[in-house]
Amino acid sequence: MNLLNISGSPHVHSDESTKRIMWRVNMALIPALLVAIAYFGISALIISAISVLSCVLFQWLVEKYILKVPSTICDGSAVVTGLLLAFNVPATIDMMWIVVIGALVAIGVGKMAFGGLGKNPFNPALVGRVFLLISFPVQMTTWPDVSKVSFFGLDTVTGPTPLGLLKGRGAEALDQLPQAWDMFIGHIGGSFGEVSALAILLGAAYLCWKKIITWHIPVTFIGTAFVFSAILWLVNPVHVGVDPTDGMTKLLGFIDPLTTILTGGIMLGACFMATDMVTSPMAKSGQIIFGVGCGLLTVIIRTWGAYPEGVSFAILLMNSVTPLINRCCKPKRFAC
Amino acid sequence: MGGVHPEENKISNDAAIEVMPVPSQMVVLMNQHLGAPATPVVQKGDKVKVGQLIGEAQAFMCANVHSPVSGTVAKVEPCKDAFGLAKPAVYINVEGDEWMETIDRTPDIKRECTLEPKQIVDKLKEMGIVGLGGATFPAHIKYAIPDGKKAEYLIINAAECEPYLTSDYRVMMEHAEEVCIGVSILRKALGVPNAYIGIESNKPLAIAKMQEMSRQFEGIIVEPLKVKYPQGAEKQLINAVTGRKVPSGKLPIDVGCVVSNLGTAFAVYEAIQKNKPLIENILTVTGKKLPSQHNYVVRIGTTYNDIIKHSIGELPATTGKVISGGTMMGKAVVNLDAPTVKGNSSVLVMDEGEARRNPETACIRCGKCMHACPMGLEPYMFSSLVKNNRIEEAKEHNILDCIECGCCFFSCPANKPLTDEIRLGKNKVRAMMAAKK
Repeated sequence: MNLLNISGSPHVHSDESTKRIMWRVNMALIPALLVAIAYFGISALIISAISVLSCVLFQWLVEKYILKVPSTICDGSAVVTGLLLAFNVPATIDMMWIVVIGALVAIGVGKMAFGGLGKNPFNPALVGRVFLLISFPVQMTTWPDVSKVSFFGLDTVTGPTPLGLLKGRGAEALDQLPQAWDMFIGHIGGSFGEVSALAILLGAAYLCWKKIITWHIPVTFIGTAFVFSAILWLVNPVHVGVDPTDGMTKLLGFIDPLTTILTGGIMLGACFMATDMVTSPMAKSGQIIFGVGCGLLTVIIRTWGAYPEGVSFAILLMNSVTPLINRCCKPKRFAC
Repeated sequence: MGGVHPEENKISNDAAIEVMPVPSQMVVLMNQHLGAPATPVVQKGDKVKVGQLIGEAQAFMCANVHSPVSGTVAKVEPCKDAFGLAKPAVYINVEGDEWMETIDRTPDIKRECTLEPKQIVDKLKEMGIVGLGGATFPAHIKYAIPDGKKAEYLIINAAECEPYLTSDYRVMMEHAEEVCIGVSILRKALGVPNAYIGIESNKPLAIAKMQEMSRQFEGIIVEPLKVKYPQGAEKQLINAVTGRKVPSGKLPIDVGCVVSNLGTAFAVYEAIQKNKPLIENILTVTGKKLPSQHNYVVRIGTTYNDIIKHSIGELPATTGKVISGGTMMGKAVVNLDAPTVKGNSSVLVMDEGEARRNPETACIRCGKCMHACPMGLEPYMFSSLVKNNRIEEAKEHNILDCIECGCCFFSCPANKPLTDEIRLGKNKVRAMMAAKK
């Protein structure tokens, strides 16, 4: 007679797997990638490919030669990191080699140094991105002008991003700000995966449908940023005036809430990076705290910080308190 | 709160209950219930009849065991049960099928019950009735409400939320009247105004049947339940029907509830009205790769091999596991030569592919286990606490509240055997608590 298998219950599984989750996240990033290629041309595709290949390669090398464990590159998590890292850089020719360094830091320091997938406290793509921002400040903040790129052109004319304009505080900035619709569909300057809110929301909707993310982090993140900037804007709306401290004519006051949430990396950050399962809280209550924290920090950094954009720092800061949030926010016990 | 939706696979739904022939050799375990084994009251060479007492409940937590067959006692010695553990047992060589004269074997349905509550409970004890939902808790203990406690609700569990199982469904379809009489008797024993029969709403025919029948009885309410595993778990069922929640470490009676399985209600009818002790199980024989699907009335003590031989001939070559119970909480059978016992509800044959566990990968802290847990626990945390032998902390985080429903492992994308680890942790916590005493 055949020998029977023995195991504890349950004897069936939902068939959900890490691999399936990660590949679905990759699927969800495709609309943003297509928009990026449409606006920034072939260079967006090349940078993405370089970033993904480097991330996968570094993970393979670390697993094979340093950790000496079976390779997990097929689970798709390195591909997610690669895509997100690429989405966070400008589509310029310099990025084609800089992004390799970003990939090394993201995978090597951000992920494998802690033991690989599931053990990293910080979102690896953001670790790579912030490293690049600090190490290559000029290249990382030189964005191609979307209205002047040609599809196959690799040498592009550079132009400002909405947030850069506002940080510059030039009196002419207000006239140069794009329309809200352009910002929504992504026809603006910026890191190439971040520009189109529409494409990102499409991907996020897919992830919600597949139950990979829930609304809690994205909605509270974006909502908090909206409400907080709305309060500031109502108190002192953005206008051109004379600064009493130095007598110069410049931009004063606070930017309107719609521009706040449609510019920079808020959409990509809220939907794809703050929702990273590994580095965000598990309980719904914790996720709400996390989202609110990200939203507040983003607006604070944008408004009073040295950098025009604060999403990466905001998420990384909140990543660092995730273990604490997990400790405080327990699921509701039955009958307690 | 929590819960999952496993594939229902109720493929034996339409198979009417058949009678399984009596085997030629019978082994009756003395430990078929929660608690101490019954004490054998027969010896080698004794003649026994169907329904004769052969094991007597002498300890408090114990239940009588009756002979399911007639014949001669061959020996009284331990026998390995389905999970490989030796249990005291009575071996009987079957001769004919001679029943005790006291048992009413006519097909007539008897509605009137003139017994007083105390007499009902005594008769439950005499007839060896235990809970047939899986825990096999002796019924006479459950229905003897301790002083200071008061029952307000009787809840009959007919959720049958486990995949594959259809025995309760078949009983409802074929014996609705008997079930309602059984429920009325239990209601009388407790002295509660209403009994609620909870049925998952994916069984509309059974709901309609029971609703129609229950109209003829006083104080029986059929309660359709949301389809969600583990809807039939005791605490979840009480919550769904009454809105009350049994606190950690407490029993249903602490919130005024008594829960019995639908199969138990049927057994109660037969015991009280027909004087028939608990000697038969209603059991589903099912599996995706089996040539046919069945529901049987089986004499308790028929071996798994006898059941398989009679129903499908032999196990398919690709069989991976044989499970007693459903896929979520059933136990994998080790020994097919073992006899069935009270409370067995199925012989579920799983294919190799179905029975295989996927390789374990790293935890990605997705929290799916936590959201699936119907008790609001944190399975991922127990996993690491137990591995690191931090038993005290596991206890503080209510590991003992775990009902082992399997939702955590079921939903884990990393295929971590969370339920196994928690089971181990619970044992360690209990050992620690016992050592402290």
